Amino acid sequence: MKKVSETLKTAALLFVICFSLQGFASSDEDQNLSVDTKDEVDAYITHHIKDAHDFHLFSYTSNGERKHVGFPLPVIVWSSNGLATFMSSAFHHDDDGKVVVERNGSSFVKLHSKIYELEAGASQVEFDETHHATNAHKVLDFSITKSVMGILLVGLFMLIVFSSLAKQYTSKKVPTGFGRVLEPLVIYVRDEIARPNIGEKKYRKFTGYLLTVFFFIWILNLLGLTPFGFNVTGQLAVTAALAIFTLIIYTVSGNKDYWMHILWMPGVPVLIRPVLAIIELAGAFIIKPFSLLVRLFANISAGHIVVMSLIAIMFTLKNSLGVVGATGLSLVLSFFITLIEVLVAFLQAYIFTMLSALFIGMAVAEHDHEHEHDAQGHELPDTEDVRGDFI
Amino acid sequence: MEVLINDFSPGLFVVQTILLLGLIFLLVKFAWKPILTSLNERESGIKDALAAADKARTDMQNLQADNEKMLQEARAERESMLKEAREIKEKMISDSKELAKVEGDKMLKQAQVAIESEKKAAVADIKNQVAELSVAIAEKVIKEELSSSEKQLKLVDSLLSDLKLN
Repeated sequence: MKKVSETLKTAALLFVICFSLQGFASSDEDQNLSVDTKDEVDAYITHHIKDAHDFHLFSYTSNGERKHVGFPLPVIVWSSNGLATFMSSAFHHDDDGKVVVERNGSSFVKLHSKIYELEAGASQVEFDETHHATNAHKVLDFSITKSVMGILLVGLFMLIVFSSLAKQYTSKKVPTGFGRVLEPLVIYVRDEIARPNIGEKKYRKFTGYLLTVFFFIWILNLLGLTPFGFNVTGQLAVTAALAIFTLIIYTVSGNKDYWMHILWMPGVPVLIRPVLAIIELAGAFIIKPFSLLVRLFANISAGHIVVMSLIAIMFTLKNSLGVVGATGLSLVLSFFITLIEVLVAFLQAYIFTMLSALFIGMAVAEHDHEHEHDAQGHELPDTEDVRGDFI
Repeated sequence: MEVLINDFSPGLFVVQTILLLGLIFLLVKFAWKPILTSLNERESGIKDALAAADKARTDMQNLQADNEKMLQEARAERESMLKEAREIKEKMISDSKELAKVEGDKMLKQAQVAIESEKKAAVADIKNQVAELSVAIAEKVIKEELSSSEKQLKLVDSLLSDLKLN
């Protein structure tokens, strides 16, 4: 195991070095991408928030040439002529649809971090007045983008770390080393998230999913705070996939009582029941997953935007505060916001997992308990019933 | 909203779904299942060990109480045995004393009886000897007295004079 991880480390290092060197070689002459004005800052932040097709570390200007350091990532797209694959370096860091790459009989351009395929016969992109491409359409993009790379790295990291923790238990009762840090986290998710929300009898079946999601989101959130600039959990597609997993799990494992409470709510007048059913169906299939995906996406994106905006104070307030003042203010503010973001990284992972557990718990809850009745003989809700109102 | 929809990448969605699915399956198989199983085992092991320790403690206490009880019983038994022995000793002493006394009395009585009978025999013997002696003396005296006819006549005279007086 140790040998394998050593080898993996070496391979990863070689990979990074090779592509970095290649990155050094690539440069484009005409663009000046320095970021000074407010518009440029906005554009830079927007660009960062989006997924990227190459791994960009930093840029610098030497001899009037703008050089980018980083490494390209594979582009895999499904075009009208079938699958096309090439390295993202083919675009030469162009993001405005100027460089046309021809592969497999199709022409591709990259426009605002998206790959477009030119209509047949077109040799370059034409824009309408709102800067939308008129003669190109988006393609289904399965590229190993920066986000996919982040997912792969985190997935690999989780597999190595947690399977080695699992292996420790075969030889000893209490893990040592890094496992001693991981074990309380696993127990925390099991005892504070899965067990109380799903219930003692059924929590075990869902704990695997909850643990995976918790660590996946948390590590990716933390990765987003590093200067590598991953923004995986700030991608709608990623949070949507996570939310849909939860949706599928609680829909599939919902018991008779759960569907009863959705479709034909007991204890209310019959005429209201169809209305309630509509509301409950909307809640189960739209509101719950939507709240999950938007909360995570918005919090992480907002965090990235705030941190980058505070860093940008350095440039935008340079004239009014002076270089030292603007830099100092920017450093102090972004330092504290980053600290808060570290908390948010955990909090969002916790909330996502907690709510997933809660939704699953509501779907599998046993309603065999007797309701208390008030003086008029109406059922009184108990904690189990009103839990949903507080979400 | 339009920007958000434009930013949504279906390709990334598909890739993320596949990767997450794979990750969940791999982690469940190689990590979570063994980890949770051994955590549960460990926890139930700790619980069992605690229960066993508790049980051992109560057993120990019971054992100690039993020991104490047995010790007390043994002590009481020893006491009673000692007491009994003392009683037996005293009884034996008194018994033998009594026996000795009775025996002594008996012997004394026998001795007395023997002495008495010896005394009686001796007295009778003495009486016989005295009687024989007195008879012999009397014989001799009488022989002496009546040895001459004069003395016999004198005696007859004295006896006759006594008779006359009457």
